[in-house]
Amino acid sequence: MDYFAQQLINGLVLGSIYGLIAIGYTMVYGIVGMINFAHGDIFMIGGFIALISFLLLVSLGLTAIPLILLVVLLVAMAVTALYGWTVERIAYRPLRHSFRLAPMLSAIGMSFVLTNYSQVAQGARVKPVPPIITGGYTLHEGPEGFAVQLSNMQIMVVLVTIVLLAMFTWLVSRTRLGRDMRACEQDQTMAALLGVDVDRTISMTFVIGAALAAVAGMMYLLYYGQVDFFMGFVAGIKAFTAAVLGGIGSLPGAVLGGLAIGLIETFWSAYFSVEYKDVAAFSILIIVLIFMPTGLLGRPEVEKV
Amino acid sequence: MTALTTETTSTETTQVSHTAGIPFILKKAFLGACVALVLFLLMIGIRTEAGPDGQLTWWTRFGDLASIVGLVFGGSIVIELLRQWIGPTGAEKLVPASVQRSMSLLGRFLGPALLVFTLLVPVIFYNQRYILDLAILVLTYVMLGWGLNVVVGLAGLLDLGYVAFYAVGAYAYALLATNFGWSFWVCLPLAGMLAALWGVMLGFPVLRLRGDYLAIVTLAFGEIIRLVILNWQDLTGGPNGVSGIPRPTLFGIPLDNSDDGLAAKLGIEYSPTHRIVFLFYLILALALLTNWVTIRLRRLPIGRAWEALREDEVACRALGINTTTTKLTAFATGAMFGGFAGAFFATRQGFISPESFTFQESALVLAIVVLGGMGSQLGVALAALTMIGGFELFRGLETYRMLVFGMAMVLIMIWRPRGIIGHRAPTVYLTKAQAISSDLVKEGHG
Repeated sequence: MDYFAQQLINGLVLGSIYGLIAIGYTMVYGIVGMINFAHGDIFMIGGFIALISFLLLVSLGLTAIPLILLVVLLVAMAVTALYGWTVERIAYRPLRHSFRLAPMLSAIGMSFVLTNYSQVAQGARVKPVPPIITGGYTLHEGPEGFAVQLSNMQIMVVLVTIVLLAMFTWLVSRTRLGRDMRACEQDQTMAALLGVDVDRTISMTFVIGAALAAVAGMMYLLYYGQVDFFMGFVAGIKAFTAAVLGGIGSLPGAVLGGLAIGLIETFWSAYFSVEYKDVAAFSILIIVLIFMPTGLLGRPEVEKV
Repeated sequence: MTALTTETTSTETTQVSHTAGIPFILKKAFLGACVALVLFLLMIGIRTEAGPDGQLTWWTRFGDLASIVGLVFGGSIVIELLRQWIGPTGAEKLVPASVQRSMSLLGRFLGPALLVFTLLVPVIFYNQRYILDLAILVLTYVMLGWGLNVVVGLAGLLDLGYVAFYAVGAYAYALLATNFGWSFWVCLPLAGMLAALWGVMLGFPVLRLRGDYLAIVTLAFGEIIRLVILNWQDLTGGPNGVSGIPRPTLFGIPLDNSDDGLAAKLGIEYSPTHRIVFLFYLILALALLTNWVTIRLRRLPIGRAWEALREDEVACRALGINTTTTKLTAFATGAMFGGFAGAFFATRQGFISPESFTFQESALVLAIVVLGGMGSQLGVALAALTMIGGFELFRGLETYRMLVFGMAMVLIMIWRPRGIIGHRAPTVYLTKAQAISSDLVKEGHG
């Protein structure tokens, strides 16, 4: 039971990180109708930016950990958001009215560019960081000496996810930008005729998605204590699986799907085999798409001729 | 009529902004340089590396940063000038009829000429082992490209996990040959059949999916196959791979230095090049088989159904085409050729490991098909030659290779989304255009 509780906590934390990445996929898919294949790599870039800015701040002699983390978070979000904007501007905007495979292929190319760009810029070796947020609580001490731990780091990851999800749900449902986004999602031409700047709205979607991916990248860096140039690929596919599982286009669905994937992966590793955890996650993607193509909270897709 | 007017207006507006003066160009370049500065300040300006005791160290590279930002500034000026010089990129350019005619004439003779040249490659470059090896590699990718072309180019199903079938074929031959000692010629059809079976197994669940979803599921499928191969150590040897895979024989006659070898039987002096030349003609024959089958299938009802499926699935179903069998046969046919190519790969290398079957491989084959113009057989062959040849040129710059590859993919999609070399139109279509009187489409009379 204690073991189960511990895995539950670990799974929820991992799921929160997937959920943050999945929001980027789901928002872009909802509006543009394409899979932003490079989103996983944006997450990886976010992790790198967080790492480098953290190193710089520590070298400058700052010691207040909360202040450092706040600055790192803001820098990572801002710079990664600019990456998201640039990717959209270079690789997707010129192809908006092209045939349907073109943006997908361009996105795959962009994903290669980002992966290899960070390999060239920062080297192929794994970059470790020492634990920054330490301490935690022992929730329950079992008779065999197995203790259920809840670290401060884990609390922070979950809290940040909840706060960000609340913020972005508010943004999409209550602000002008959110209304524009929903209008573009329904009908781009009509939205443009009614005075919505479609290009700008789509750009903003990419910017927001990238900023959230940067948060996820920073959480990953803090939680696992390392980043490397190849971490975006698998994390990206899993987050996309989460977005599909939750119902693509739905923000709460993305987080829900992320939590589900995180839990499944953690429990699979804990009770079956660590080697096959990715196989389990990918199989779920296939199974969900067969039996529940609209996901948990998604709307059925209507095909227009 | 309305659509046409909008088109013209938008072209005019872009033209107006394009002919803006030097201040506009400089401003744009300056903004681009600013964005580049923010993007690259941390990633390129600062280099981190794990020290010997696990501590991260960092140093600055502001020189590189400055040159890259300068490059972006200069580059955006050049691009803007080019854009003004060439004109709006969206507009289709009319090719003069005479040029078009000579191009099509060239296209008709290019294929046979290329084939004759390929047949003569081992004769011309007999003593150049490097060129022969490279030619075999190119032909392997030509075959993979033609195989994937059935799925992507003809049936329009975006498959990002094609390398899975390549892996199934390679492992099928490797395991059958090393465990049971079966000959290459027995295993080749078996490898193809197994791969086709996996193609159908992948095809069944994804029948209802389309477009991007299909792409992601095939990608996941490819990764599952790779991960299973990597982790099923008892069967596949895991990351160590399978080694000591037997070389192919010429219908039972080995091509080695033994007394039963081909050289001894023919009474000529043995040379290791014999085997390379044999492998060359083997893959050429397999690739040409793929090409021939594809061309024949395209004239059969099933080939027509594939093309119809690519153009419009809903219309396809409305016309009574069974989309289930159409999709499954496309997957199975493409997978079978992938399996053949995999078996050849295993016998050529003599050693296979999961590292050869990563997603990058799938993306490379897909890029070949897309650059070749999705459906054009000659285009795919030329694209394979360009891509693999280009990869060889960049061999010295190992880390930059994939970076350049990714950039090329993005740029080509922007520049020629239908492929550099050409796009194969449906084999049959109505030649007579239907004219509709403007009275019928007047506004308000719909």
